Amino acid sequence: MKKFLASVLSSAMLLGLLASCGGGTSPSGDASTPDGSAPAGDKVIKIGVFEPATGDSASGGKKEMLGMQFANSETPTVTVGGEEYQVQLVYADNGSSTDKAPTAASQLVSEGVALVLGSYGSGVSIAAGPTFGNAGIPAIGVTCTNPNVTAGNDYYFRICFLDPFQGTVLANFSMDKFQAQTAYCLGEAGNEYDQGLIAFFKTAFEAAGGTVITDSFPTNNSDFNSYLNKAKASGADVIFTPVSIAYATQIITQAASLGLDIPFVGSDTLDDNMVLEAAKGTDIQLYVSTFYQEGGNPTFDEGVKNYINTASGALEANGGNDTVAAVTAMGYDAYYVALEAIKAADSVDPAAIKAALWDVEYDGVSGHIAFDDTNGDAVRDTAYIKHSTNDGAWELETQQTVAE
Amino acid sequence: MEFFISTLLFGISVGGQYALIAIGYTMVYGILRLINFAHGDVFMVAGLLGIYLNTFLAAYLPPALVIPVMLLLVLILTVALGFCIERVAYKPLRTAPRMSVMISAIGVSYLLQNTATYITGGQPMIYPAIPFLSDTITVAGTSIKWVVILTPFLVVALVLLLTQLINNTKIGMAMRAVAKDFETSQLMGIKINSVISTTFVIGSALAAVGSMLYFTTYSSVVPTVGSMPGLKAFVAAVFGGIGSIPGAVIGAFLIGICENFVKILPFEGATTFVDAFTFALLIIILVFKPTGLFGEKATDKV
Amino acid sequence: MTLQKKDKTGALIGLAAAAALLILVVVLENTLSPTSQLFVVLKKGAVYSLVAVSMNLLNGFTGLFSLGQAGFMLLGAYTYAILTVPVAAKDQVYYLFGGSAVKFSLPDLFGGLNTPTGLILGVILAILLAGCVAALFAWLIGLPVLRLKSDYLAIATLGFAEIIRAVFQWQALGPVTNGANMITQIPTFNNFNITDANGAVILRLSTFFPFLIAILCIAVIVMLINSSYGRAFKAIREDEIAAEAMGINLAKHKMLSFCISSFFAGVGGALFAMFVNNAQAKVYTSTMTYEILLIVVIGGIGSISGSCLATFLYVACAEWWLRFLDSATTFASPTAPNRIAFMVIFAVVVIGGSALLIHRERRGSNQVWKQTLVGLVAILLLGWLAWFAATGELTLPLLRTGFRMVAFSIIIMVVVLFFRQGMLGDKEFSDILFARRRNAGKEATK
Repeated sequence: MKKFLASVLSSAMLLGLLASCGGGTSPSGDASTPDGSAPAGDKVIKIGVFEPATGDSASGGKKEMLGMQFANSETPTVTVGGEEYQVQLVYADNGSSTDKAPTAASQLVSEGVALVLGSYGSGVSIAAGPTFGNAGIPAIGVTCTNPNVTAGNDYYFRICFLDPFQGTVLANFSMDKFQAQTAYCLGEAGNEYDQGLIAFFKTAFEAAGGTVITDSFPTNNSDFNSYLNKAKASGADVIFTPVSIAYATQIITQAASLGLDIPFVGSDTLDDNMVLEAAKGTDIQLYVSTFYQEGGNPTFDEGVKNYINTASGALEANGGNDTVAAVTAMGYDAYYVALEAIKAADSVDPAAIKAALWDVEYDGVSGHIAFDDTNGDAVRDTAYIKHSTNDGAWELETQQTVAE
Repeated sequence: MEFFISTLLFGISVGGQYALIAIGYTMVYGILRLINFAHGDVFMVAGLLGIYLNTFLAAYLPPALVIPVMLLLVLILTVALGFCIERVAYKPLRTAPRMSVMISAIGVSYLLQNTATYITGGQPMIYPAIPFLSDTITVAGTSIKWVVILTPFLVVALVLLLTQLINNTKIGMAMRAVAKDFETSQLMGIKINSVISTTFVIGSALAAVGSMLYFTTYSSVVPTVGSMPGLKAFVAAVFGGIGSIPGAVIGAFLIGICENFVKILPFEGATTFVDAFTFALLIIILVFKPTGLFGEKATDKV
Repeated sequence: MTLQKKDKTGALIGLAAAAALLILVVVLENTLSPTSQLFVVLKKGAVYSLVAVSMNLLNGFTGLFSLGQAGFMLLGAYTYAILTVPVAAKDQVYYLFGGSAVKFSLPDLFGGLNTPTGLILGVILAILLAGCVAALFAWLIGLPVLRLKSDYLAIATLGFAEIIRAVFQWQALGPVTNGANMITQIPTFNNFNITDANGAVILRLSTFFPFLIAILCIAVIVMLINSSYGRAFKAIREDEIAAEAMGINLAKHKMLSFCISSFFAGVGGALFAMFVNNAQAKVYTSTMTYEILLIVVIGGIGSISGSCLATFLYVACAEWWLRFLDSATTFASPTAPNRIAFMVIFAVVVIGGSALLIHRERRGSNQVWKQTLVGLVAILLLGWLAWFAATGELTLPLLRTGFRMVAFSIIIMVVVLFFRQGMLGDKEFSDILFARRRNAGKEATK
């Protein structure tokens, strides 16, 4: 009897879920429309937001989403073929993990999105790329900097700089600023983003005559004391840690308690409130390369701060304060680039938008955005380098370009 | 030299933290023959409780009282959690196949991790600094938190206390009896359920203490933070012969120290193998001593 | 005589069922919208059921408790990926290492990915080799560890899986394994869609392919289990000493089971790489092994069809049916079908769940307060539902990112606690389906 009851119960549940989720044809229908449903009668164009809301990179993904949501609240419509379309953001959480990414991506595809924005984190973007490619949906990478995101395909675009550029910039900066001769690089073992950046940094640093020591830590590691001690004992002049936010906070706090006086150089992932919070009140010297510096566009700053402080859940997503993260500015720009592409295509058809994206140019808050003709990468030659003031704020250090 | 000493100190401290978790594993295994996969997550929940209670209490109590009350409450709530897990997830399956109970443990571990992800939103949370323990001193040229120095002493004290409890009290005797023979001890009038609950209570209490030490050293708590120390602690328990408390403690210290020395090996790329090294060590021990260093020799009943 | 006959009919029924399933998959894929999540679930389900069945062969039928499945999948996935990256794409995929040390690609040897022979031969050969590499490593690992018993064996195999993962993440091996980077641009299930000259799809076979491979492999495993080897495995599971006394060579049979199981895990790994379009060591963690173990136990240890059934339900729940829990849901219109469906499901779950709990408690001592508590909660929840029905519009509480996984783990706990033997126990689907007829047959022969 009990078994019977249980099986009836579970089969009812499964059948019901199957029914309610639309048996494969119209998954969201009229029910689950996030962020308030569009007024009836209006036409809707869906933009997929492919970001991590859980996992190692959740903090960054949420901030990137904030930028898109803010842009969406500012400009919720787009005109296509003389008709006004409501822009609806559809979210899929890729869990910061490359094995969840393809299924999260296929969820967006099945919802019928016209194009996709994201993701924070290169690994998930690379993993999900073919899913978008097969469905013929273009994707705009916001802050995924690894070269392989766009290389060899025609559906992934991106609006940020690339790791070979970033690695070189940071290597040059370390040499110029600290006269560094020895660099200690620490990244997560098996993480494409970390190891790629370290390789580029190493090439540039060694080309300029420096020595590089590379180490990697296993996933889920939390004891960095021995690594930091090793860096100190090896006489490193600078420590390069292009790691995800969760590890970066650990490394910074542990370095602070060790009283380490070697400067830290980090990549764009370290430009995060959590990391800033970890460096607050310590003597850690922390320098990061990034896409945007607060103050670069006061109107945008004011708008987004207002949004963060008023929209529900936004303050929490931003880490409890209203510091504007660079990724938020990038998310904001990505949304407008998407709108530009839709306008240029004058169509809601993914293929037309993909064709139009190549020629889109847009002046965003993070600078001028245009795509090159080979891979669809942004043409950018400037990175901002900023340092933590250790009272919870970033200060612009320099703008660095690589002369090629 | 000072490099060597500081690495050793960190290794001992990590080992101490593993030991506190490993005892929970080994005691439960000794009695129920169950690999309690949820134990590492109980440890994680204890860390999260500390963070949330700290912010919650700060609004109601004078600052000097916040931390002590927080620590006490963390201990009580973690023990309650361990007790509830046993009652809800393991007790109903006492007569079920062994594998089902283990799956139930994996299920609980999933549930705790996912709930933590849901509540924290997947963001790393910062554990509050505990006065004194978080302060630093300089040992052999390296500045080190007090907690790093104190952990091994605290662990040894707790283990001695636990051994006293197991050897010299009535409940300890009952535990030993149940571990020896589950069914017979039941026939002898030992209340199995209360013995098992006590085991879980002790294990969770140690995990709570472990979490305080661990997160004071490594301050950020993420939902998966328990999985690696959990696995390492389990390896330590197997290493020492699962079921044996001194074995688990020695295994934990050995693993903690070895791990930290692998981290500073001067070969390029050697650090990729930090975790792998731990497992390789374990496999070598198991090949030569199939039941661990201090494990009882398994006898086959025909 | 009768036994033979029964086997023959059983095999025929199995063959027919497999053929029907394959045809159904092809029909479904070519009629429904190809972007539906259904096909993601079907593909992943096919891959995972193969791995689950291979794990069941070891854990369920031979009684060897091994947790190395993810490691063998990793070996299979990497073997497949390394052997099938097109030569033209190697420089780009291995961009950090200046090209790959493996200078050939199996599909290219047979004429390239765009020709049917190159695709089919290249991919199938790579998949077979993937299995062989996994089996070879299993043999090497098995030599020292298969002497260990139960949980010690489990932790040793888990350890080996972690070691394998670390080796594949080692940057020094980069020219072969691509280090931390994933190996991309490998042939995937989508390559099996038949296209015309313009690239438009004529016939979709991307779901058919994993089903075909999985069914073939599972059929081999079933045949193995029904052979004399299978009976030896079961004897070892029931009692090692008795089995040895009956003349079964323990070491040989354990090793055989371990290698075969790893072979199919390797094949499953290759298929998984095809499913996720890449191979990256980071994915094949112990969590993956636990996931598969969970599926095996939920399906029933020692039940092949149970493993398959559990896989599809598990994957569908995790990837598809529960997705709506991840975003805030508002039921605005009172007549929306989803709203009605929600209300019905909610009522059924609450009433059924509380009935289940109260019924369960009744067997024990008179714990009236527990029953009252359950009843009270149920009434409260139903009251909320009635209020919701009356007021019309409501935003479901609690729904935001991450809630899906919480709900999912609660479902798993419920299944584990209420189905101790798994969904099918150690029975097969056919046993349940034909139970009545067989009983009738028995009566007749009497």
